[in-house]
Amino acid sequence: MNSPQLDTKAQAVRLTPPREKRRSPLRAAHLFLLPYVILLILFGIVPGLYALIISFAKFVGGRPQYFQAGLDNYITAYTDFRVLDSFSNVLSYLLISIPIGVIGVIFISLWLHAKPGKISTAFRTIFFIPGAFAGPALVLLAFFMFSPTTSPFGVLLTAMGFQNSAEVTLRDNYPVLFTILGFFAGAGGWVSIFYGALDGISKEVMEAAIMDGCNTFQTAYLVKLPLIRTYLAYMVMLTVAGNVQVFAEPQLFGSKYWSPNQIGYAFAFEIGNFGASAAISLLMVTVGLFAATLIIKYSGFYQTDATAS
Amino acid sequence: MKLPSNLASRRKSQYNTGWFLWLSVLVLLAIYFVLPILWLIAAPTKLDGQLLSMPSLAIGDIRNYASAWANLMTYGKGVILLWAQNSLLYTLASVLLSVIVSVPAGYAFATAQFAGRSLLMTLTLITMILPGSAMVLPLFLEMNQFGLIDTAWSVILPAMFYPFGVYLSYVHFSTALPKDLLAAGRVDGCNEWQLFRYIGLPLARTLFALLSFLSFTHNWNNYFLPFVMLNNSKLFSLPIGLQVMATSTPMLNPTFAAENAVVKRPEAALIVMMLVVPVIIIFIVAQRYIVTSALSGSSKE
Repeated sequence: MNSPQLDTKAQAVRLTPPREKRRSPLRAAHLFLLPYVILLILFGIVPGLYALIISFAKFVGGRPQYFQAGLDNYITAYTDFRVLDSFSNVLSYLLISIPIGVIGVIFISLWLHAKPGKISTAFRTIFFIPGAFAGPALVLLAFFMFSPTTSPFGVLLTAMGFQNSAEVTLRDNYPVLFTILGFFAGAGGWVSIFYGALDGISKEVMEAAIMDGCNTFQTAYLVKLPLIRTYLAYMVMLTVAGNVQVFAEPQLFGSKYWSPNQIGYAFAFEIGNFGASAAISLLMVTVGLFAATLIIKYSGFYQTDATAS
Repeated sequence: MKLPSNLASRRKSQYNTGWFLWLSVLVLLAIYFVLPILWLIAAPTKLDGQLLSMPSLAIGDIRNYASAWANLMTYGKGVILLWAQNSLLYTLASVLLSVIVSVPAGYAFATAQFAGRSLLMTLTLITMILPGSAMVLPLFLEMNQFGLIDTAWSVILPAMFYPFGVYLSYVHFSTALPKDLLAAGRVDGCNEWQLFRYIGLPLARTLFALLSFLSFTHNWNNYFLPFVMLNNSKLFSLPIGLQVMATSTPMLNPTFAAENAVVKRPEAALIVMMLVVPVIIIFIVAQRYIVTSALSGSSKE
């Protein structure tokens, strides 16, 4: 019986361990969890709290004086023009990368799923492979790709009026360039996930749609799309939370203060103002936490008995 | 794959214009996803000058791979081998330790009710979705307190915390481990450790493979964390080393004298390959498996 993946998952996650009385599992469970809980506290919770404390600390000669700074660090951080610039940079990056990511991934998934079979699977693999590129390796590859003299897309770049890589990799072009980069490396993974979700749509539903006279386009639009909405929401939130953190790309493209994380880094390591650095990091953490909470609350994707209660 | 076979075969037999349109769009997309990789493979077969003069996808002389490698070895007296070794050490240690910690935790979530379960579960979900890079600077401040900056531990310890691994283990044991089996084991007098050891673990082989894969790719490619934690160039991982090398090449940094550089374009392409090829190999080997499991971590029947 090949029950659809989506259903399996939903059932699986809602499974609640039997509630009958047990003799000893209480202590054993805690032991099994102990190392993880220690790590959770040390690397999941403490850094956040510590950053919060640091953000209110004054640094005198590199030594923190806790709770002495009041809101000074926040004022320093959030009135700095570079910080405000970096927010608008990241915002324009999101405004381009999110719609393109969403439309692109949905289009490719539906397109592949219109004719499932060996060919479709082969292409899915091909689109998936660039996921191996990340960080500096991805950016370096991009450098070659954005340089008309070395790139296999050189013809295209020249046709668009670019003479050399410096003209392509202008600061103003970053949002578009990072979108191209991010889609190259990230789209395939999401396509696989969406495709899996599409595969989970029951055959009765699909057959009924075809019986009712839906053509390929209509089944895609009217039947498949609404059924993968959850995954879409999940993708959007994770991508927003992730793209806000962009660091390697602008750093290697040679712009020091382009993204908030870069400025957080600069505040800590170039200016030596850990307080302001923490104030910026906390905002980044908050964006991530906000996205995480939304996903857990509204997507139903992680409906465990823990979150449902 | 799982679609009704009658539907699939009906469609497959239609090699008409619609089918060709379908295929040609995919081929166009594949150009975007594949040409950069083909270029990368061809790049070290050409000399630096040839990369500019020859057609971008042309293959030069395969022996140039060897000379590019030899050039790389002269950079910092072969420091790149040290970085590769560091990368391997950090990654393998992180994979091993994160899996060892995550699997029992996920097992406990799946099989037992205990005080604090819901709180821990919620924290796990939140930290799992929170992008790792958001925590890097706060982690630095913490590690600095512990005096662990510029040690391998500053990279390995945070990587041991792997909430996604715990979540996947939880889902795995919730689905793959029949509750009756545990109950039967208990009746037979197994203690909780024995249940885990003799019933849970043998059913977790695929889980170990999945977690190792995911943890490997994540940690192998990890950049921001080691970049912030490590100052000593002897401790760099490959991604950091690549960044340092790349910014000291005339390619990315025009102020650097081009004639003196040992790391030119073919060498840079070769390092990118060093980073990417291991992951691609694992991708291809594990592909079918990843695609189904990365989705849900639960698609075992």
